[in-house]
Amino acid sequence: MVTSLFFYLFSFIITACAVMVISSRNPVHSVLFLILAFFNSGALFVILGAEFLAMMLVIVYVGAVAVLFLFVVMMLNINFSKIKEGFQKYFPIGSLIGFILFIEIILMVFSGDLLVNKNNELNDNIPNTHKIGSLLYTEYIYVFQLSGLILLVAMVGAIVLTLRERPGVKKQDIISQNTRKVSDVISIVKKESS
Amino acid sequence: MIVSLEHYLCLSAVLFTLGVFGIFLNRKNVITILMSIELMLLAVNINLVSFSSYLNDIQGQIFTIFVLTVAAAEAAIGLAILVIYYRNSGSISVEEINKLRG
Repeated sequence: MVTSLFFYLFSFIITACAVMVISSRNPVHSVLFLILAFFNSGALFVILGAEFLAMMLVIVYVGAVAVLFLFVVMMLNINFSKIKEGFQKYFPIGSLIGFILFIEIILMVFSGDLLVNKNNELNDNIPNTHKIGSLLYTEYIYVFQLSGLILLVAMVGAIVLTLRERPGVKKQDIISQNTRKVSDVISIVKKESS
Repeated sequence: MIVSLEHYLCLSAVLFTLGVFGIFLNRKNVITILMSIELMLLAVNINLVSFSSYLNDIQGQIFTIFVLTVAAAEAAIGLAILVIYYRNSGSISVEEINKLRG
């Protein structure tokens, strides 16, 4: 009973936050509502018994992704009043497509028995993190390494994309300093003394 | 009244639909579109974790970790592209990104 009460509380907050994220006038408010939605879905994960993923969701999403969004929103100097101009124009087509998609997903959910492949061996002595680790580092080790590679590529890509050379800024150029030779810059000129 | 798998799936469906709706609604603002994509990924994560919990199978949670990884990478790259686009053109509207039209 208490579990279902908390489920309805958290899911109501998540849904309300999602509505506010897409309809808020100020992008900063959208990011803050997104953070609240992530916190509440972390609580839902705790209800579901996935404590490790709940903590990871809070650390990765709230600690990294949402802060990145907040940083970019505050760094760009955007005119907020112009942003909502096309709101009414796309509302009918967007709501139509969203409604159709929602009906399709709900029909899919209630079409049959979803728990057909239920694994009945309950092994609740092992903690959640232990279970994830014992599968992640053995069976999924290559996929795990590959996801690390994806993060590396994303990091290098983001740095390369945002790096820019400003003209007219005096900077130390180490290669040209080290390759500079005495013979290139100093020459001895014989001068007749009169 | 016990919370069943269908409850979680309905919540995830609502979240996913709101994400798609947000992409259609905010055509002037790439940042909100990226946030809608994050909402859709969150819906997928809730789906995977609820199935993993109700089927007593840990593999769903492992795939959720990979989804989290890809979401973080996607947000970083997307925001980097957004920053250089804003630096070059001075706006973040999707409707005005038609420079590639031949």
